[in-house]
Amino acid sequence: MSGDASKTLSNDVLWGGGRSPFSVSYGKLMIWFFLVSDALTFSGLLVSYGFARHSLLPGVTWPVGEEVFSKVPGFSAHLPLMYVALMTFILIISSVTMVLAVEAGHRMDKKGVVKWLFLTIIGGLFFVSSQAFEWSHFIHGSHARVALADGRTAYLDENPEGDAKIDPATFAMHLGSVHGEEVSGPEAYKLFQNAVHVTYGANMTENEYGPTSYANFFFFITGFHGFHVFSGVVINFIVLMMVIRGVFQRRGHYEMVEKVGLYWHFVDLVWVFVFTFFYLV
Amino acid sequence: MERDDIIEYSLDAGHSEEEGRIIRKKILFVTILLSVITTCEVLLGVFWRNWMPGSWHWVKWTFIVLTLVKATYIVMSFMHLGDERRNIRSMILLPYALFLLYLIFIAIWEGNFIHETVTHFL
Repeated sequence: MSGDASKTLSNDVLWGGGRSPFSVSYGKLMIWFFLVSDALTFSGLLVSYGFARHSLLPGVTWPVGEEVFSKVPGFSAHLPLMYVALMTFILIISSVTMVLAVEAGHRMDKKGVVKWLFLTIIGGLFFVSSQAFEWSHFIHGSHARVALADGRTAYLDENPEGDAKIDPATFAMHLGSVHGEEVSGPEAYKLFQNAVHVTYGANMTENEYGPTSYANFFFFITGFHGFHVFSGVVINFIVLMMVIRGVFQRRGHYEMVEKVGLYWHFVDLVWVFVFTFFYLV
Repeated sequence: MERDDIIEYSLDAGHSEEEGRIIRKKILFVTILLSVITTCEVLLGVFWRNWMPGSWHWVKWTFIVLTLVKATYIVMSFMHLGDERRNIRSMILLPYALFLLYLIFIAIWEGNFIHETVTHFL
């Protein structure tokens, strides 16, 4: 079948503008298409999170971000949201170093691109390892939920570290909520020993902080985003190697840095929304 | 016939030392703005109960508006969408925004409806 390519078409039906309406290269247009589709995936996840939160059963409360995420590695104090704020800040700064790498590329400044791209990778690695800490904090939990034999709910004052056993001498728990009335001593420990069920931390089937779906959404959304950051770091690293080898200097332009930059900014953009809807609102 | 799909737009994307200085100044401004907004958000998230107790509704909408401001600056400035042609800007943003507004509306509306229903009739 002969297509349009083999026929000589009249210039009247061809577009004679000289420049395309978008005026961007094929690669840049395609990375934008990819980002839009990826943005739709993340929107779907966050919107379904909103749906789960708005359709709660009566009597069920959704966990509060600043109470769940209140630890900073190396500090034992209660520092709500501080570490996740630092993570957010680092990711924004790594986005800034990326845009500076793109700017240096536009000036054909190879040294500048190497410097800023390297700093971007460092920021990304810091973010991914911080997310590992957040996950381990979340999985380990802080106030185990105890279903007492008489039907009441209590929360441990503090979860035991690692494999440590609970010490009856310092045992304390709070009735009703994490801030509820404190009970301690041998009687409270006896109540605890006779408990129907104790939920330590969070996993895919139960969660000391509240509804199971909260933990599921947390693992899926931050995990999916964390994997994006991880693959972004890998791609940035590959491009950094190509920059160092002078591939783009020979090619005459640093558009590849711009394209991976778009992906990296997108990852930052998604985190801005995850931060708001998971930790703040 | 000139084919426009093989035009090397990429070679055209460079800029001079002088233009670079102006661009870097703009980047610095956006960096400071994003940092200040993030700091405000965190402080508001931690202290809103002390500052304005009982106004969670307003705090929540403040968060959402601040997030949208941040997102606008990231997309328009860092991703350079503000410097692209209006055609590509509209092609990316409008269908996405239209679909997403609908999705948010329908999911939150239905979520609230299910919550009301199980609260009153179960």
